[in-house]
Amino acid sequence: MLGSGILQGLAVTARNLTGSFHDPARYTTTEYPEQRTVLPPNYRNFPFLVSESAADAMGTMRCVACQICEKECPPQCIYIEKSKDKKPDAAGKMQIYPLIFDIDVSVCMSCQICVEVCPFDAIKMDQEFEIATADRFQGLLFDREKLAKPNSYFHQLHPAEAAEVDARLAA
Amino acid sequence: MIEVPTDPFGLAPGPRVRPVHDEFHGDLLEVSMGPHHPSTHGVFRMIVTLDGETIVKLKPVFGYLHRNHEKLGENATYLASMPYTDRLDYLCSMTNNWAYALAVEKLTGQAVPERAEYLRVILAELTRLLNHSCLAGFLLQDCGCSGTPLMYAFREREKILDLFEALSGSRMMCNYQRFGGCRVDPTPDWLEAAKRLVDGYGRFLDEFEELLTGNEILMARTQGVGRMPAALAISAGITGPMLRAAGVAYDLRKVDGYGIYPRFNFRVPLGAQGDTYDRYMIRILEMRESIPILQQALRELPAGPILDSKAKLRGLRPKAGEAYGRIEGPKGEIGFYLISDGGPNPYRYRVRAPSFVNLTILEDLCLGHTVADAVIILGSIDIVLGEVDR
Repeated sequence: MLGSGILQGLAVTARNLTGSFHDPARYTTTEYPEQRTVLPPNYRNFPFLVSESAADAMGTMRCVACQICEKECPPQCIYIEKSKDKKPDAAGKMQIYPLIFDIDVSVCMSCQICVEVCPFDAIKMDQEFEIATADRFQGLLFDREKLAKPNSYFHQLHPAEAAEVDARLAA
Repeated sequence: MIEVPTDPFGLAPGPRVRPVHDEFHGDLLEVSMGPHHPSTHGVFRMIVTLDGETIVKLKPVFGYLHRNHEKLGENATYLASMPYTDRLDYLCSMTNNWAYALAVEKLTGQAVPERAEYLRVILAELTRLLNHSCLAGFLLQDCGCSGTPLMYAFREREKILDLFEALSGSRMMCNYQRFGGCRVDPTPDWLEAAKRLVDGYGRFLDEFEELLTGNEILMARTQGVGRMPAALAISAGITGPMLRAAGVAYDLRKVDGYGIYPRFNFRVPLGAQGDTYDRYMIRILEMRESIPILQQALRELPAGPILDSKAKLRGLRPKAGEAYGRIEGPKGEIGFYLISDGGPNPYRYRVRAPSFVNLTILEDLCLGHTVADAVIILGSIDIVLGEVDR
């Protein structure tokens, strides 16, 4: 019968309409600022630099300014300047440190390649996504003070991976 | 003088076009559709010449989204091009990653562990489900069916994107494959969720087909529209569901048997008419064939490493030579052609983008049809401008 296909389709939409009122699996909307969805553990957004302690973030930064991430970064959004002098790192070994470590997050494409190539586990992916700002030039150029976050923060994000990294660095 | 594609003796079958030999004496009208027209799926422009409402000439203009992908690839290391391939066809980043990884693995002779091969098949078939659902939704949107099928398709797509996000950390820009394996090992919870999704997908397809396949309006709009003869499809280099809708049995999963596809038993659906309805239907049937592949792969997924022990992440310097890696992407044959001169960057990096090649016959499909038909023909070709313009 002509038109039966249309009626069949309308029955499907009617079923979906009524279903959306009593099936909790169909409440797909989250009222964002008040309610929040849980981010998956692997979610990645922008990189941050790992420091051993929160109190002296600049002094205990793991980064030794080897510039591998700067070279490998596909959109070239990292800028590093090495220090002239050396400072003792967490293990007491004298290391070069980054005088300047800038990431332009308006260029960064969250690909995680800097994290994968870093031999010192000094750069990891953050899950902070509410970084909107009215100042689109300086506000989105993250310097090393803004990028540095303590190791305890990394433990909160990825407990298993952080424990494994700590064990590897201690060895 | 413009050329009017009609035969002087009126012998050829098909829609008639009034022979007009001079653009000032006929009432031809040149209309520029796009690049901001919402029906062109992005920034694509067609200059259509109309006789009344019939298309007598169509000139596609692309390049508005050109961002130098291939030249960037020549100036970046092998690894640095991997996240850029996500941005080619942003619906199918997993298959783009796989094709690029395959090309580099051919170049370097890198082996891939068994578990990674299975994961690649799982993710590629999930991408096929995602892409074909989206296409069916968008095609109906182009027909003027505002919202309903598209939202049903997006509801299912959202579930697949959640899986991708849980695995790779990003919904669409997955950056998941590596040369010699994959990046992240899925947890047992993830595999359980994937199994649940795959087992429930058939129900969604049943509902979707109940809504659309028998719908008289859809049939009237799409049957006999944009008919593509098999000979034209072959000579124009069309691949993927477009080619199979014209009745040509050519699927790289069967022809090349790359990866571990020979272990899977699946059928390749073929169209008979090669019209827009066939191109819609072939996608639904391909999704139905993807479900058993996924179920088998999830069942047989072996334990083991996901990255080969000899795989190098950075500092890759393949020996001088060339390689072409191609897979059956959801849109057609996606291939990467690489020439190495022994340096850290490829000497030549070329992308064979399926939707770019498929788009080249747009004029042949649209001639003699109306503007509204051109919109749904374009919708059935399944283009993503990120890949067309590169």
